[in-house]
Amino acid sequence: MPAKYHIHTHPARPRFRPVGKFGIVDWREDCASCHNCVKRACAYGFYREEADTLHDEVGYLDYIYQCKGCLSCVQDCTKGILTRIVNPEYKRIGDTYYTPAILLSTWFQADTGRVPVSGAGYGGPFTGSGFDSMWTDMSEIVRPTRDGIHGREYINTSVDIGRKNDHLIFENGTLIPSPPLIVSPLPIIFEAVPERWLREPVPTVVSKAAAQLELFSVVRSSEIPAGLSPAKDNIIPLLESVESFSDETFTSASMVMLPDRPLIGAIVAGLKERNPEQIVAVRLNASPESAQRALELAGDGVEALHLVFDSHGREAAPVNPRHARDVIREVHCALVKDGTRDQITIIASGGIAQAEHMAKAIICGADLVAIDIPLMVALECRLCGECDRGELCQIALEEIDPQFAIERIINLMSAWHSQLLELMGAMGIREVRRLRGEVGRCMFFEDLEREIFAPLFGTRREGSVSI
Amino acid sequence: MSTTTNNKSELSATADEFLDKPEYAQVTRDVRPTVPRYRNELGKYRVHRASTCKQCGRCVEVCGYGVHTRPTGYKLLIRPFDYRCIGPDCEKSDTCCLKTCPENALSLTINPAFETIGDFRWTPELIASTWRMAETGHAPGPGQECEFGASGGGFDRICLKFPDSPPATLRPEEISTEVLLNRRNDSRQRLKIDVPWYGGGMSFGSTSINTILSRARTARAWNTLTCTGEGGYVDRLIPYADHVITQVATGLFGIREETIQRAPVVEFKYAQGAKPGLGGHLLGDKNTPPVAAMREAVVGVPLFSPFPFHSVYSIEDHKKHIDWIAHVNPRALISAKVSTPADVDMVAVGSYYAGVHIVHLDGSYGGTGAAPNIAKKNIAMPIEYGISRVHRFLVAEGIRDAVTVIASGGLRSPYDIAKAIALGADGVVIGTAEVVALGCIRCSNCESGCGCPRGITTTAAGYCDRISIDWGTQRLINLYSAWREVLVDILYRLGVESVAALRGRTDLLYHLDYEPEDGA
Repeated sequence: MPAKYHIHTHPARPRFRPVGKFGIVDWREDCASCHNCVKRACAYGFYREEADTLHDEVGYLDYIYQCKGCLSCVQDCTKGILTRIVNPEYKRIGDTYYTPAILLSTWFQADTGRVPVSGAGYGGPFTGSGFDSMWTDMSEIVRPTRDGIHGREYINTSVDIGRKNDHLIFENGTLIPSPPLIVSPLPIIFEAVPERWLREPVPTVVSKAAAQLELFSVVRSSEIPAGLSPAKDNIIPLLESVESFSDETFTSASMVMLPDRPLIGAIVAGLKERNPEQIVAVRLNASPESAQRALELAGDGVEALHLVFDSHGREAAPVNPRHARDVIREVHCALVKDGTRDQITIIASGGIAQAEHMAKAIICGADLVAIDIPLMVALECRLCGECDRGELCQIALEEIDPQFAIERIINLMSAWHSQLLELMGAMGIREVRRLRGEVGRCMFFEDLEREIFAPLFGTRREGSVSI
Repeated sequence: MSTTTNNKSELSATADEFLDKPEYAQVTRDVRPTVPRYRNELGKYRVHRASTCKQCGRCVEVCGYGVHTRPTGYKLLIRPFDYRCIGPDCEKSDTCCLKTCPENALSLTINPAFETIGDFRWTPELIASTWRMAETGHAPGPGQECEFGASGGGFDRICLKFPDSPPATLRPEEISTEVLLNRRNDSRQRLKIDVPWYGGGMSFGSTSINTILSRARTARAWNTLTCTGEGGYVDRLIPYADHVITQVATGLFGIREETIQRAPVVEFKYAQGAKPGLGGHLLGDKNTPPVAAMREAVVGVPLFSPFPFHSVYSIEDHKKHIDWIAHVNPRALISAKVSTPADVDMVAVGSYYAGVHIVHLDGSYGGTGAAPNIAKKNIAMPIEYGISRVHRFLVAEGIRDAVTVIASGGLRSPYDIAKAIALGADGVVIGTAEVVALGCIRCSNCESGCGCPRGITTTAAGYCDRISIDWGTQRLINLYSAWREVLVDILYRLGVESVAALRGRTDLLYHLDYEPEDGA
């Protein structure tokens, strides 16, 4: 039996107090100082110590951040002086896409390496925009395999990057070898670290974590971390300048990436000539023209296309930019129709904030995704943007212990890996490669509304907000 | 229900003692006010009585909502029951305490904690109205929302279309809320329940014994059903056996021939809406000695139910499974609990042809004691779609009247029930609403540590007894009573004479996000 891809995790407790959602506050002037203070009865033990120091101000905030919000103390207090509030700091972290809830969940995963589990049914909105308007399918009885608790040990999360011929090619009666492929054990590569986090040790940590996970990391050719080599450390140099095309240092890398530019076919051919085993990927900012451009690039011999969306998963368009969900589907379908889908690998980045987004982007037609911000969040970033304004980093990223940082990223990837297995296990799909473009294994909000509700209720109003 | 001597000898001492008092199992459906069990019940408003109060009792006289009370024989007023306050609306009336207090000692503020409970589906208002119904046994009062949550889709955007006036011949007391569960013309009992809902599976292990017994006693009082879930059949449920569904799930925890023989309905759990395709999971901390004994497992070890049934890989296997139970218990109806995948209609038809009496669809936003968040949010479709898709398909197949369709997964109120039935279900299964009636605030910590610190979904000593069986039973009986009252009122206003007649009446529904074709 071949070895299974398994990620070993180690708890990596946060360096800074995570921003919790709830806390209880009290009006202490009304406190009767009873000996059976409800805080002593805290089921989670968080407030017990605080009860002992009730009349001091010692470390009060520490308790607030750990509160599980069961309200038992609030409702049992003899004098009714306790109440619960949503932590105002919690509301401030993240942004509209990387919500506080996503940050908290990512921190938990980076800390423990575990899948977030909770009780009670889903309490979120019925549907949302982008990836939130998709539900993945499940199968009542058909499973990938009957072994193991979920049969999940047999689910393969590897993907190939490169060109796949759809038939054998002979030249003068001799079989031409298949084009090179590289295999990533997870459908994830680490995107080039965005400018604002680009300070050591962050870039080194990201590349090292990728290498330890056997994944690849994209690094700008001018910023290859000292001591790491593109060939040995799974680095994908991003060749931004003309000079870098001919730089020998990058010739030995198993994959390189370059931004889209005119006459790219010739550049790709030049690179392939120097190292025929090297995969050449082209990076393209997603836009309404992406599908057309993807067809051209596939024709030009580009082996992988990296579609870049903004951090909220939107394409670049002056009006009504579409979400990655729709753009990836369009690009994928255009290539399928053209018969060239397997000639080019699609990597999607931007707006991949949670493990479910990875699965959904693949269902829409990407082969794999590239991520950056979730990795930064794993390092405890709150997305406060202070660094952009030239202020000090709230979590002192410059001082992070590299080993600890690598551990946090590995933990996060382990949790994402497990969550991908959960979704695929439920779908009864055994290979991530087969998940690509498999929209039959998911349900889109607008399709369900059209098929099920429209016959009952009429025409859905344009612009009717779903949340 | 009487137990045989043979059965009895196998029971534990406690249960034996309990079974010697069959009168204890007699429960009536009488409504009795059942106050909340916490000293400070949460309401939207807080009423503060300042120290300038002279204890004149004027507020007690004027308040019609029971906020201010002075029990007989008491000299002093007790702290206001501010959760009963209807808020600023009251100021328009003459019975407002704030205006009538001669000392100006009363003040009204928003309760900051109230806004922090609940979520999009179960808004604080929905939770509070459920609590109110469980307390009073009647429809919630003015200003209490019991129809819509804030999820922005599904039931929260679907409305009932009430005609201007109901038909003059329709009398509320003649409206029937019964549901027939066996629609096949076979030899099995033609089981009917008095209300169009029954309790969903909550295992011993995921919930406390007091919660389980409260639910079973309520099911008996209201002539409906509750379900053991997948944790074995607790002996103390035996007096209520005619109202207890036993669940056969993939882990087969606690499944024995005699437990199957006891049940009026046997439910196969193929999948659960909150975690479709993933099987069950009881975290180690909740696997306490009694739970482990019931499940024949080792204390403290997390217990997984695999997915799927490892004996069922085709619809033919499914039929064999059903035949097995049908032979073990020739009286029982068979139910198949399935989730809502894209092909849920095919699953329902397949289940019917394999011989089930009840197809139970559990939508993706259903409850759970522990599930990966990614599964709760993403896998399978919400129940609103599932019901409609299955109903239409069964109608087209010509078998709609031969099978009972039960929906669950996000049914929160009698309004949701009416909408689900109008979409095409025969009845529904509820779970979360019951635990909310018992005091759940949806903090989602059911899975962590020893379970629920509020004593509902826990088996830890010291927490279970936070709910007494009597209190829990009465809260649920009140809830059922209030729900039926609201449901009958809905049917009356719709001009429909029974729950059965409401099924599939999508003409009585409209959707806030849709423009009707006829322009109505």
